[in-house]
Order: sequence, then C-alpha cells, then structure tokens
Amino acid sequence: MSQADLSIHAQVSRTGATETMTAPTFSVPAKKMAMWLFIIADSATFAGCLVAYGFIRNATPDWPRPFHSITNVAIMTLILLTSSLTMLIGVRSAEQGDKAKAFRFTMITVALGILFAVLHIREWMGMIGEGATLFHNPWGTPLFSSLFFSITGLHLLHVTGGVIALIAVALKYQGGRYNADDLEITGLYWHFVDLVWMFVVPLVYLLNLAH
Amino acid sequence: MMTTAADSKHSTGMGKDLIVYVCLLALAGIQFFIAYQNISTSQMFVRMLSVAVIEAGLALLFFMHLSENRGLKWFVLIFTVAVVFGMQYGWSDSFRLLDGVPWAH
Repeated sequence: MSQADLSIHAQVSRTGATETMTAPTFSVPAKKMAMWLFIIADSATFAGCLVAYGFIRNATPDWPRPFHSITNVAIMTLILLTSSLTMLIGVRSAEQGDKAKAFRFTMITVALGILFAVLHIREWMGMIGEGATLFHNPWGTPLFSSLFFSITGLHLLHVTGGVIALIAVALKYQGGRYNADDLEITGLYWHFVDLVWMFVVPLVYLLNLAH
Repeated sequence: MMTTAADSKHSTGMGKDLIVYVCLLALAGIQFFIAYQNISTSQMFVRMLSVAVIEAGLALLFFMHLSENRGLKWFVLIFTVAVVFGMQYGWSDSFRLLDGVPWAH
C-alpha cells in the first residue's frame, strides 16, 4: 500500500465517511509533489543563469575559447549519468523491499557524486592555476570566468547538497525511519542535477572549445 | 482503492532503464562529436541544444517517471516551458548590444 493510500485509509478510519476523501494532486503524495515544485523552481534558476550566460556571450565580441581538452568533462558526464542509473537501481530495490541492495546502490551513487565533485574541483584548480578567477580572465573578457565559475559553481553546490541529502536519507532509510518513497523523492532531485548538467556541458564547455 | 503514481511505476523494469541510460550516453557522445565539427557557433548551439532537450526529455520521462503520470507530466511541462520561453525575450537586445547603431559602438 502506498503512502497516499495509507493516508487516505487513515482519514477514512477517522471520519468513517468516504465521500469526504480528497485525492492528492495528480495522485502524487504531498512530499513528492513538493519536490517536483522545487525542481520546477530550480530549473527556472538554472535556465535564468544559462540564458544570462547566452545573452552576455552573444553580446561580447571575441569571446574566449579556452578549453583545449574535453576529456575531464566527458569523464564527469559519464560519472553523473552512471550515478543516475545507480540511483534508479537503488530506488527500484527499495520498492521491491531489498533494503540492503537499495542502501548499497544509494551509497554507490553518493561515491560517484563525490568523485564528480573531486574532478570538478580539480578542473577548477587547473583553471585558477592558469590565472582565471571570478573577476579575472587571462584569455580575454573577465565575464567569461565570472559566468563559468558561477554556473558550474551553482551546479557543484547542487551536487554537494545532493550527496549530503542522499547520505542522510540512505542512513535513515536503513535505520527504518524513512521508506522507499523518501528514497525515490531524493532520487528525483539527483536526476534533476544530472539533467541540468546535460545543458551546462554543451553551453559552458563544448561551445568554448578551442579549434 | 486509489492507484497512485508510486504504484504504477512497478510496471517498468530495469531493462528500459538500461536502454535509456545507453541512449543518454550516446546522445552525450553526439554532443561531444558536434563540438569538433567545423560549423558556425550558432549552428553548433542549435544542434547541441536540440540534443540536450532530447536528453532532458528522456531523463524526465523515464528516470524521473513522468511518463507514468499524465497529469503531472503536463503540469511540469507547461510550467517549465512557459518560464523558459518567458526568459527568451532579451535575445534581440543582446544582438543590439553587438550590432546596434549608433549607441552600441
């Protein structure tokens, strides 16, 4: 029995009147709906950042193209996409009641998220080593560095938040305080972080590849 | 008893997830391939963005299970598309900054 059914069942038991039942919006439990609303709002935040980036890039002559290799970004993309798959396996295992497998795959997702963050920071350090900072860009307009660090930093912040949330939810799930629905809701957030990366990579990295 | 989205998702298996994962990897690969094409930036932008939209659609529909809840799918789609389209009003001004006369020079 799902969380929504349990809540309705409890309501019926208390009131004894099935006519007064109100179905959850789109048949989605409240917590999951809240996550969807957050995802919609957050996608507007990222869209705003990427549109602002596009606007400035378009309006700036001689936009720098500093990236000579995309190997690191390709590996980061592979890691993040794979982490989405491991998250799915974790959620499906939780739905099937396999608690140990669900916890194991959630922690694999966490490990992949940490690996992504480490590679991201390593790439940042390389750029900082070449003289790029939030307010200085050795290849031309300082706006490039400002936008690069702001957009990738916002994404990295989301990855870090996701890793922390996954650890917290996985531990409470293993301890029996959270159920499969909670794991699925956190998984939704993780898939969203992956989805955003699909737009960040082409716009921020690949379009600025040196030819 | 009421059927929720949480119940209906049991109908899909890991096979579909793996296919979607491979498709996403392939689409990401196409984006990297486009990056090395000898085409203009605007053409590159359109092609990469088109691939990214397909990737996002696959992730939303199958990884985030939107395909299993019609009402929620339209709710998310309409709100997100409306907001994203609403942000596009400024593009013409970015061209004015670059090419406009006489104040842009």
